[in-house]
Amino acid sequence: MKKFETFSGVAAPLDKADVDTDQIIPKQFLRRIERSGFGPFLFFDWRKDPGFVLNQPAYAGSRVLITGPNFGCGSSREHAAWSLEDAGYRAVIAPSFGDIFRNNSLKIGLLPVHLPAEQVRALLDLAQEQPGVEATVDLEAQRVTMGDLSYRFQIDAHSRHCLLEGLDEIAQTLRLEPEIAAYEERRPAWLPTIPA
Amino acid sequence: MAQTLIQKLWDRHLVRSTPGEPDLLYVDLHLVHEVTSPQAFESLRLAGRRVRRPELAIATVDHNNPTRGGVEAADEISRKQMATLAENCEWAGIRLYGLGSRQQGIVHVIGPEQGLTHPGMLIVCGDSHTSTHGAFGTLAFGIGSSEVEHVLATQTLLQQRTKDMAVNIEGELPPGVVAKDVALGIIARLGVAAGAGHSVEYRGSTVRGLSMEGRMTLCNLTIEWGARAGMVAPDETTFAFLEGRRHAPQGALWQAALEDWRTLASDEGAVFDSEVEIDARELEPYVTWGTNPGQSVPVSGRVPEPHGETDERALRYMALKAGTAIQDIALDRVFIGSCTNSRLEDLRAAAEVVRGRKVHGRVRALVVPGSTPVKLAAEAEGLDRVFAEAGFEWRDAGCSMCLGMNPDILQPGERCASTSNRNFEGRQGAGGRTHLVSPPMAAAAAIAGHLVDVREFGLVPA
Repeated sequence: MKKFETFSGVAAPLDKADVDTDQIIPKQFLRRIERSGFGPFLFFDWRKDPGFVLNQPAYAGSRVLITGPNFGCGSSREHAAWSLEDAGYRAVIAPSFGDIFRNNSLKIGLLPVHLPAEQVRALLDLAQEQPGVEATVDLEAQRVTMGDLSYRFQIDAHSRHCLLEGLDEIAQTLRLEPEIAAYEERRPAWLPTIPA
Repeated sequence: MAQTLIQKLWDRHLVRSTPGEPDLLYVDLHLVHEVTSPQAFESLRLAGRRVRRPELAIATVDHNNPTRGGVEAADEISRKQMATLAENCEWAGIRLYGLGSRQQGIVHVIGPEQGLTHPGMLIVCGDSHTSTHGAFGTLAFGIGSSEVEHVLATQTLLQQRTKDMAVNIEGELPPGVVAKDVALGIIARLGVAAGAGHSVEYRGSTVRGLSMEGRMTLCNLTIEWGARAGMVAPDETTFAFLEGRRHAPQGALWQAALEDWRTLASDEGAVFDSEVEIDARELEPYVTWGTNPGQSVPVSGRVPEPHGETDERALRYMALKAGTAIQDIALDRVFIGSCTNSRLEDLRAAAEVVRGRKVHGRVRALVVPGSTPVKLAAEAEGLDRVFAEAGFEWRDAGCSMCLGMNPDILQPGERCASTSNRNFEGRQGAGGRTHLVSPPMAAAAAIAGHLVDVREFGLVPA
């Protein structure tokens, strides 16, 4: 994973609650075995509507998505996070996220920024009133700044550290091999094993 | 200190717990399917890593396989994904129940069916409906492909401890009301995000009275209100289901396991972060009218007045007007299947309604058994003929029209009563409109040609 560095980019307002991962990336694209190249299929069905917010020229090349509560609910498909990342997004700001989507995003360096609903509302309003306005996301300082608005956000220390350092979590865990092996010695004998 | 079942299950899988860091949990069983695993295997190989414990994983093909015509009926890209799974399993030494295998089926159907899902385990899968396995008193939740890779490489997972919630359901279910309705009733009351950050234990007399199939349906739908894991403490119903299955412990190990499993309940006085009370006697058969599983009403009701943009958009998408009686909504398709409702008990309940009747002329109806063993067992008791004589199509096992990755999809504008788990926009096919219902309700709807109250249909014994 690449290190997460402070960036500024256009913020697009997707003013909707409960956006599920089926909308972010429809099922027909889940048959691909590649990890990259999902960006063109982001919000595939919604993009067919010329009035859809991400079709507006002002939001072209946007790197921050501001949206409603429970973003990324539903299916566990990491393809949702991949498609946002591949389309250029580096952060999604919402009052809450689907648990699996949030985890998936953190694993690939897409920052889920959790802010209180009223602060997200203010950011959404600003992005709608001033199309093309840029947001700056600073993970080190845990701060989002957009126009006159500037909010500090919370994130657990572990996730923040992994993002800032671009850590390979698997390499970290593999260093704990002795502890994993010791746990395996304690596992009950009745647990199932399935030989190939 | 008194512990909840959730805490007990979490603690028994702790490899390492360090303040300020997520816990490192050991995974007892990793379920693998073709859609969310190829990128994980590829990344593993590119890093020069191996699969740590291939014998603690099992793979199957379920999401994109055709349900008739075998692998030849799949398009090239689907065939490639299925072939990639086979190659990856061969490389890693993971047992694969592929197309043509007598054990193949939906990953959440075959785990319990093969006796791989025991109480007290930690089970993960790159699929959000992994919560299904919680029905056995096991901690089970869906993960993404990066986490799949982590499990393949280390047999462990880093997780922040969840909060725990009790859903206490008391009372006898009214006639015609089944586990699916309990789940839809809960989501209607709590909303689709209420469970975020939580694991859930379903408790109470209603839950104790459910079969294992019913408990699986209930736990399966936990993710639809935002909680990753839902569970039921194991009891005699659980043990009776498991005993004698292929991968269940035997002899002295069975006795030792039983002794352990009987300790898997929340202690008296254990405190949950939150508790919800549900009166089962107030539940009815539910029908979703909108585009998330929380947008439902009892079948006796009407499409509600919209509250806010989400509701208005849902009504537009579903082409419904507020005030329309649910039972006046005509259907084009009926789908009986999915990891929510495709087990033998579900098919029997639907067949009971269908027996001796005909599918309405306007409706195309599909039954997709959850696994090849379910299909064979249903055929052995003649359920396939009941469905076929009524005009249902009887298919091979898979996820099928639950998510429409295979050729089984709704056409734009088609309206479907479905026993699946998600009524999201486009879920069953772009432009398709989904009404979630129970298996008996779906069966009744297929015959009536519109949504209908299975109780008034004169089919369910009072």
